[in-house]
Amino acid sequence: MPLSGYGVAAVIEKPILDVRELSTDYTVRRAGKWFKVHAVKDVSFTLAKGEVLGIVGESGCGKTTVGRSIVRLAKPHRGKVIFGGIDIFAAAPDELRRLRLKIRMVFQDPFASLNPRRSIGDSVAETGDIHGLFESRADRWRQVENTLKYVGLDGSFATRFPHELSGGQRQRIGIARAILPTPDVVIADEPVSALDISVQAQVLNLLADLQEMMGLSIVFISHDLGVVGQISDHVAVMYMGRIVETAATRDIIDRPIHPYTRTLMAARPKPDPKIRIKAGIETAEPPSQLDRPLGCPYAKRCSIATSYCVTNAPPLRTLVPERMVACHNV
Amino acid sequence: MLRVSDLSVSIGTSADFVDIVSSVSFEIGKGEVLGLVGESGCGKSMTSLAVMGLLADSGPWLRTGCAKLEGFDVIRLPPYRRVEFGHGGIAMIFQEPMSSLNPVMRIGEQIEEAIWVHEKIAGATRARRARELLDMVRIPDASVQLGAYPHQLSGGMRQRVMIAIALACKPQVLIADEPTTALDVTVQAQILSLLRELCDSLGLSILFITHDLGVVAQLVDRVAVMYAGRIVETAVVAQLFERPAHPYTEALMACLPDPAHYSRRLTTIAGHAAKPGEVTKGCAFAPRCRKVAEICVTNSVPYEQLSGDHRALCRFPDTGLQP
Repeated sequence: MPLSGYGVAAVIEKPILDVRELSTDYTVRRAGKWFKVHAVKDVSFTLAKGEVLGIVGESGCGKTTVGRSIVRLAKPHRGKVIFGGIDIFAAAPDELRRLRLKIRMVFQDPFASLNPRRSIGDSVAETGDIHGLFESRADRWRQVENTLKYVGLDGSFATRFPHELSGGQRQRIGIARAILPTPDVVIADEPVSALDISVQAQVLNLLADLQEMMGLSIVFISHDLGVVGQISDHVAVMYMGRIVETAATRDIIDRPIHPYTRTLMAARPKPDPKIRIKAGIETAEPPSQLDRPLGCPYAKRCSIATSYCVTNAPPLRTLVPERMVACHNV
Repeated sequence: MLRVSDLSVSIGTSADFVDIVSSVSFEIGKGEVLGLVGESGCGKSMTSLAVMGLLADSGPWLRTGCAKLEGFDVIRLPPYRRVEFGHGGIAMIFQEPMSSLNPVMRIGEQIEEAIWVHEKIAGATRARRARELLDMVRIPDASVQLGAYPHQLSGGMRQRVMIAIALACKPQVLIADEPTTALDVTVQAQILSLLRELCDSLGLSILFITHDLGVVAQLVDRVAVMYAGRIVETAVVAQLFERPAHPYTEALMACLPDPAHYSRRLTTIAGHAAKPGEVTKGCAFAPRCRKVAEICVTNSVPYEQLSGDHRALCRFPDTGLQP
């Protein structure tokens, strides 16, 4: 059985996306020497149909690489991603192209991810043009207009250009580009981080609407536990390339178990002046990826670490049903 | 201490202009943190640039207003007087420390440069001051880090260096423009607690500009909420979160994901933020406001005094009296 720690749906139904022991390495050059950086190491999870899985962690923890590896935008080093019975990593170029119609990505920066010289309509239709999804010009127009309607914009946007749009509208276009070929899975990489609070709320609601209307499964990647908690059914917390805790969203928020998850929860600025962050919260920062500690990567910052943690990396183990934690001391 | 009054920044010509910051007034007391909060384009950064005298020769210009510190209008000081006055004046830190630091200069040199500009102190004393400044911003191994280049430091450490450089001229007021937006939450928490510490120990006053209401709740003493170039509400932080009086503040707070009270959909604000010059008569928030009445659209809005320090630019603020 795969390492599935997820909700009831995932156990009963066959998962739509099954990620097994995914590892992605990057080679970087520092001071004339080549180093191998394990951006993602042994990450496993499953995604059920209609499930929203949040991946949360700080910069450099590998959450973006997980998303990019699934669609082979990053080159995975080891592992398997099973989608509809096919191993994506073993797929031939033709097959991969077809798979990428079913697994789509939404990117963080709606200013950088749209071609400034193409009209919105052309940008939205691009996938369809490449894959020959349109029967005629009229059909192309109808589908583009329809997709724009899905993301809450009217057809007149098709003739506009990105510079005429606000950040929130651009992100809607980013989502429209993703859902045009009616995908099964959407990987949203920090889709609301660049947006204002009021616009962020609109885009989160839109994703929730689309998820329900189209029965989408979403991998929602973010650094903000509040945002992840808002939209996800399950959450996986990543630290230095590994998943350190997975559980149902409510459990992560109400009862975080891993010391790192606890720190993340404690550091989140709560909009309540009565609960202020205490001074001197924690001064250490994650260790360098180039100089990976032997044992638990969190040991140095951890308040409950023992000498055993420094030398032995904790495996991700099931603590209580549907909850997995990588820590020796909980 | 710092008193900004009737500050307006405009674009266009003196005959035909549009205000992007409109009659903004606020005060910051000694050792106080004032949070200036609002969404992108509301004019919060423009306000800080105007106060620092950093508006360029072309582009937005200061139409009216002044910023008085110890009786001097700091905005209109000529540049050379500004440097003299900078000793004890205003310093500023920005969102992205990497683009504010010189990538080919060691940290120590950059701090010493700031000290040299303001106080012509000799080498050894200057180096000692630089070390003390790094200690003050809680950078471990200060003597080693002085020789480091910016790229060798993490984002949080770089922002600490920026704070050290800002403190080099012993300012009374620090303007911090989204200093933690680019940082991770755990690092953000550290920087916030450092800033709080500096306020308490040095009596530093901070104008903290942010879009994040969570950060506001964590750090500041008083809040000014900006919308479309105007301050729409000012209050002590506890008051503001307890009972936001302006409908915009209230709506903004409702947009925040709240893990404690979960619902699948968030409250949103209908419509889009007013662009400069878009609303010429009446309240800029009127098109999106749930309490809007005819008078809001036709007449200009007065500030309503709710209690001592709590003011809102609204005809129908939530005073807590009506049900």
